[in-house]
Amino acid sequence: MLRLEGVEAGYGDVVAVRSVSLEVRAGEIVALIGSNGAGKTTTLRAIAGLLPLRRGSVELEGRRLNGLGSAAVVRAGVAHVPEGRQLFPTMTVGENLELGARTAEGRAYRPQTLARVFDLFPRLAERRAQLAGTLSGGEQQMVAIGRALMARPRLLMLDEPSLGLAPVVVGSIFANLAAINRDGLTILLVEQNVLRALKCSHRAYVLENGTITLSGASATLLADERIKRAYLGR
Amino acid sequence: MAVGLTLIFGVMRVVNFAHGDMMVWGMYLAFVLATRAGLDPYLAFPVCAVALFALGVVVQRGLVDPIIEAPHEMQILLMLGVALVLENTALLIFGPEPARVRSPLARLAWEVGPLYVDVARLVTFAVAVVLTLALSLFLYRTDLGRLIRASADNHYGALVIGADVRRIYATAFGIGAACVGAAGALVSPILPFQPPTGLSLSVTSFNIVIIGGMGSLVGAFIGGLLVSVAESLGAVFLRPSLKELFSFSLLIVILLFRPAGLFGKRTP
Repeated sequence: MLRLEGVEAGYGDVVAVRSVSLEVRAGEIVALIGSNGAGKTTTLRAIAGLLPLRRGSVELEGRRLNGLGSAAVVRAGVAHVPEGRQLFPTMTVGENLELGARTAEGRAYRPQTLARVFDLFPRLAERRAQLAGTLSGGEQQMVAIGRALMARPRLLMLDEPSLGLAPVVVGSIFANLAAINRDGLTILLVEQNVLRALKCSHRAYVLENGTITLSGASATLLADERIKRAYLGR
Repeated sequence: MAVGLTLIFGVMRVVNFAHGDMMVWGMYLAFVLATRAGLDPYLAFPVCAVALFALGVVVQRGLVDPIIEAPHEMQILLMLGVALVLENTALLIFGPEPARVRSPLARLAWEVGPLYVDVARLVTFAVAVVLTLALSLFLYRTDLGRLIRASADNHYGALVIGADVRRIYATAFGIGAACVGAAGALVSPILPFQPPTGLSLSVTSFNIVIIGGMGSLVGAFIGGLLVSVAESLGAVFLRPSLKELFSFSLLIVILLFRPAGLFGKRTP
């Protein structure tokens, strides 16, 4: 479904990501793991069209996405839950969610998708009229995921959904991701929480210093000595 | 007028120093429409709004957009440049003599008990109220309006959801300019104007917006009322030439006690 070929991207003089190639197949949850500063966020931003590619290509179902800009990437069916959530703090939860419906399909099915989002995150239904900036971190993460779902994307990308959240909240967010995936949505997940990410994904790529150093089925990686030593502290 | 400025600042954090000059262009447009086409400014204001909307979109697309990421100082310089160009073009075309648009409405006054109510001012006020209400309905009830607010709230977040932020900015700038266009046409029969009037109008708008709070529509509206009341009282109790003393003293007091303005939010 999504294919990255030799992607290079960076900021100013800094090359953050060098020749990254990866693939996400329809229906999968693919995790992109690695330590802080490895280039995970940069990779997602490059896919989302928020950062121009220096080299390489990004294709969604055979269609080139790079160089189109973020609005076109969203229209093509890629929704992005960015690091730090990036909600609209002085607007209500309902408004934040509805603003996510920027695609033709999202607009056409707005009430149905909203119902599904409230079904996944009942807390948001209660807080619908509350300003997004006044929510707790976990609730804000729910809004960010819900907002992305409102676009009715074919690929959902999440950047560090567990960052700064209590373990119990992280657990429920990951359970919801699994439920969303069972609905048929393909997910590309960036996580620092390697154990969680490997447990919930089908396959994973390990990013180190801007390049992919290891990839494979998540279950295999979970048992891999190098992963255990570097990321799981065993 | 201040509502337009607040919209532009709120959405794009661009300080529009050409605001007053845009308003003067709205006035001259009303003047031309009245003298050449015999159109009363109270009917012509939508035309002026549309024309200034177009001017606003062009300025945004052509000039502000390329430097939107640049620091504030650059934008201030750019907008000062735009202000100078607008003012001097007006000077070239219309000359330095003060102009005033004649409207039969401007000569009417109603006697309400012991008071005389100036009909022209009443109409202007009513239209301003209606426009402010319409603008807030637009911003709170329509998709495009919500997108404008969203972009003001979180520029990056708007990019993330796939909003065409450039188009939204152009629209917001256009609407801001349209507000001044309408305001210019509406006050053209009351206020005599000449090309340099733009500067003092810009200063007054800034005063209103700072008192009301940067980026707040309600603030701009209330600020406008406060400033005009302060100036009228100043004109009555002191001398008319000293009326600005009152509005700027108000500004200083507000800045001392509420630096973010009456309805402003502190930005961290």
